[in-house]
Amino acid sequence: MSNVYKITKGLDIRMVGKAETVVTKAPLAVAYAIKPADFQGLVPKLLVKVGDKVKAGTAVMFDKYNHNIVFASPVSGEVTAINRGERRLLLEVVITPDAEQQYESFEVGDLLSITREQVVEKLLVSGCWPFIKQRPYGIIANPNTTPKGIFISCFDSSPLAPDYDILLRGEEEHFYKGIEVLKKLTDGKVHLGVNAKYSSPVFEKCTGVEINKFQGAHPAGNVGTQISRISPINKGEIVWTIDPQHVAAIGRLAATGRYDVQKTVAAVGSEVKKPRYYKVIQGASIKNLLEGGVSSDKSVRFVSGSVLSGTKISSEGFIGFYDNMLAVIPEGDQYEFFGWALPGLDKFSFSKSFLSWLTPSKEYVLNTNYHGGERAFVMSDVYGKVFPFDIYPVYLLKAILAEDIDAMEKLGIYEVVEEDFALCEFVDPSKIEIQAIVRKGLNLMIKEMN
Amino acid sequence: MSLRSFIDKIKPNFEKGGKYAKLQSTFDAFESFLYVPKKVTTHGSQIRDAVDLKRIMSVVIIALVPALLFGMWNVGFQHARSLGQVDTWTFWQMFGFGALKVMPIVVVSYVVGLGIEFIAAQMRGHEVNEGFLVSGMLIPLIMPVDAPLWMVAVSTAFAVIFGKEVFGGTGMNIFNPALLARAFMFFAYPSKISGDFVWIAGLTGGDGVVDGFSGATPLAIAKSNLVDKLPSAYDMFMGYIPGSIGETSTLAILIGAAILIFTGIGNWKIMLSVFAGGAVMGLIFNVIGINPYMELPFYYHFIMGGFAFGAVFMATDPVTAAQTERGKWIYGFLVGLMAVLIRVFNPAYPEGMMLSILLLNTFAPLIDHFVVESNIKRRLKRAKVKA
Repeated sequence: MSNVYKITKGLDIRMVGKAETVVTKAPLAVAYAIKPADFQGLVPKLLVKVGDKVKAGTAVMFDKYNHNIVFASPVSGEVTAINRGERRLLLEVVITPDAEQQYESFEVGDLLSITREQVVEKLLVSGCWPFIKQRPYGIIANPNTTPKGIFISCFDSSPLAPDYDILLRGEEEHFYKGIEVLKKLTDGKVHLGVNAKYSSPVFEKCTGVEINKFQGAHPAGNVGTQISRISPINKGEIVWTIDPQHVAAIGRLAATGRYDVQKTVAAVGSEVKKPRYYKVIQGASIKNLLEGGVSSDKSVRFVSGSVLSGTKISSEGFIGFYDNMLAVIPEGDQYEFFGWALPGLDKFSFSKSFLSWLTPSKEYVLNTNYHGGERAFVMSDVYGKVFPFDIYPVYLLKAILAEDIDAMEKLGIYEVVEEDFALCEFVDPSKIEIQAIVRKGLNLMIKEMN
Repeated sequence: MSLRSFIDKIKPNFEKGGKYAKLQSTFDAFESFLYVPKKVTTHGSQIRDAVDLKRIMSVVIIALVPALLFGMWNVGFQHARSLGQVDTWTFWQMFGFGALKVMPIVVVSYVVGLGIEFIAAQMRGHEVNEGFLVSGMLIPLIMPVDAPLWMVAVSTAFAVIFGKEVFGGTGMNIFNPALLARAFMFFAYPSKISGDFVWIAGLTGGDGVVDGFSGATPLAIAKSNLVDKLPSAYDMFMGYIPGSIGETSTLAILIGAAILIFTGIGNWKIMLSVFAGGAVMGLIFNVIGINPYMELPFYYHFIMGGFAFGAVFMATDPVTAAQTERGKWIYGFLVGLMAVLIRVFNPAYPEGMMLSILLLNTFAPLIDHFVVESNIKRRLKRAKVKA
């Protein structure tokens, strides 16, 4: 029997452009990239230079503060560009793929019969380690620690989210194998969070893990919400989280000895002509993925990841390391005459102050406009309505703004990462950059603790 | 030339280095009033809710409209009553008379308050905050109709400057600005602004008033323990009584409450707990019952004076009320309790609601502090249990 947890606070944002259940194998992309910005707090050190030949699994950079953590090339090919930003900040290592893929081969042996230390070692060497994130802080897990549990959310409740059963279709055995490997890494349990609304055969058949069902609106599918219900993080505790597709990648490593990061991503949003699933390799450029498939009559925003907490990328940008979806939505760079005063039948709002409440199941085209100017915190009770943690969000945010480490700790900063606050940011009538504030707080904590 | 291209043309003048850079906040306020800015997200949530503070404030103003319209009519009705001409005045005559009395107060309140807001925003280099759009409407509604306009202006200026701007503007204030304006007027001009005359237009002058007519509000009547002279509960609920402009009709206020609760903008927990607190105190007084005022049925407190108006529009101010969910229940309950307590016990001032809310505004951070502390303790305890 699995436990059912009801999440009563939250909001499902109904957007146009959910993916049809069609999975297309995408052609090899024009380029692939590793983006240090995908990893919070990482200071990367390069191992390759332009012109180097790499295989899938060849280390291209490592973590300056933890040399064991390496980041591998997702494909075999040639390093064709190393893009830097201001102050030589490393933005992208771009690799142009070979037509014929070659893999580094890692002598993993039988991952299930070796010691925990050896498993960690194999995951590090093969470049699989960055799959695992830790809380507190939402950074790559520290390999020298042992978590009290590993949490895997097996559904995504964010707007336009892909169906994880489709993402893992055909990869079930690898997923199960990956779970067996993960079980060796923790003294506690491996927790799978599934949606109580429908059955997910792929995940529910998994054995030796604790399966918890979650019912309710977004953020029920956020792993942070699930942790807070099952086993909230206290000071000094560490939990690890990992995405199901990365679990399957670990399973593939165990089975084949290869760093094989194929994944299925959903291309969604109102501006995608045929929203559907694509089989790609991690880090793929979206340039030829959506060619001709995007409405071209207006300016659009490409988002790698969810529209609530993903990253803005260019039309030739790359899918993020942890992302399972690519959303294309209209830019909102137009003035709107008396926009705040209109009846608003076509405006989605958590409040019922627009007439859109008349159509409770309509799907909306949302754009990237702020719909207002930035103000101080005024509507103090709106945040709590979409924030299912036993935390007072405004108090925590104010503690961060005051850089009060002690108060941040007391108010629960260890339990959250920025995506947990995404809905607060969305509904905020004062248009405050809440996720950025949370990240600032987490970075302050990291600095203080080390 | 379209309006948009006209604005785009003159905009550079108001930007940094432009001719009228000193009016940047003012320009921005008007521009964003006409057009929602085209600013787009860059990180974090790529999409944003359509709602903003302008929208929220407009909804609150819409919720105030029933009370305002009724207030206008009632000003005329009460005036006709004082002249003994209720039967001869038409509905529109009463409404028109009231509108002419009320509109100047509304205008003065907005002009003074917004003027200060614009200046303060410019001094800080901020955008003009929308908070005063609601305060500016609340202030006239809690004024006695015969309040001189200059007093309204001075009170509003005091409330906005010392109640809000010195704390850092909307969102930072401790006291509800509208109530502060009312309190200032009450305490600064006690002789001119209390008693039985100010609640009905024309009574202070006294021309043509029926002999022996009393303009006393139900609260003043109850205070004098003349409870048998109180208007009927029906009249008080509907609002056919003297009182501050917008506070008399409980029905009109409840319509506003329904709008606020439905849209999710007003907090129903506070409203409910204010009434609960008032009821509990009323019932306690019923048990004690040493004077006729104490023996009044508890619900009379809801329909007399500004209790309902305060509960729905003042106590629920998201900035000055308690901010935690449990804190809201406590805060609201105490507001209602104290309001009735002050009404019955305070000999100087019959209306306890204003003082009660201002008092609890002071204590709201303390209430929140205890609620947040208990959250912190829970977290620490959880950590210890596990270890």
